[in-house]
Amino acid sequence: MSERMTIKKWIWVWDFDKEERWLNSMAQQGWVLDRLGLCRYEFVRCEPGEYIVRLEMREHDAGYLSFMADTGAEYVGRMAKWIYFRRKAEFGPFDIFSDLDSRMAHLKKISWMLRLLGFANLLIGLANSLNPVVNMGWINLLAATLLMYALGRIEGKEEALEQDRLLME
Amino acid sequence: MPDNTALTETTYYILLSLYTPRHGYGIMQRAQELSGGRVRLAAGTLYGALNAMVEKGWIRLLPGDGRKKEYQLTPKGLEILQKELARLKELVASGDLVMKEEQKCLNE
Repeated sequence: MSERMTIKKWIWVWDFDKEERWLNSMAQQGWVLDRLGLCRYEFVRCEPGEYIVRLEMREHDAGYLSFMADTGAEYVGRMAKWIYFRRKAEFGPFDIFSDLDSRMAHLKKISWMLRLLGFANLLIGLANSLNPVVNMGWINLLAATLLMYALGRIEGKEEALEQDRLLME
Repeated sequence: MPDNTALTETTYYILLSLYTPRHGYGIMQRAQELSGGRVRLAAGTLYGALNAMVEKGWIRLLPGDGRKKEYQLTPKGLEILQKELARLKELVASGDLVMKEEQKCLNE
């Protein structure tokens, strides 16, 4: 039985690049992501630096998963719309995106999802605020506020890339 | 598509790699080899580009029973590639012309 370790951790959606850096620093220390759940990261012992870990937001797509597998990437798991991959470092550098356009398209997908969730929470929150019996609408309004904040953070990243894209690809 | 549109580096290297049929990983390796190790197409970027190019009819998916999908350049894709190559040659010629003239001025 290989050595395992579980870490519980909450990471905001706008920090997905920080999350990736954290997972890679774990791999550098000899712990590679092996399973995941809600705020739960399960690691297994590996050689320090044996793996590179990447994550992205993407709708379920079986064709994509087998495409990734063909390039030597192992599918680790999925949390909501986020998928996690790892690949042995001996295959060379491992990235999911290699140009500005696809990085921008990825951020756009994230911001679109945040907008949708934010708007839904806003509507539910407003409708519930009008309910005189159970006044729980504030929960959704709070969620909507948070989602809008997240949207702002992601849009900031988008703008930085768009500015670069004016001059390069 | 207007005539003066430039291809992205990703698109250009994928088209070049598909002169002979290749699957995804083969395209990544070929692009890296052609560019002397500089161009590393990442899987997510490549996957999106391949789907878009199949839709445009620049490349096609080869029929096969294998698990790995193989792609190849279409006549339309070849035409796009030739146009791009001509454009790139023009870029290099312009660059050479200006740089040489400037060099002459400096020497005089």
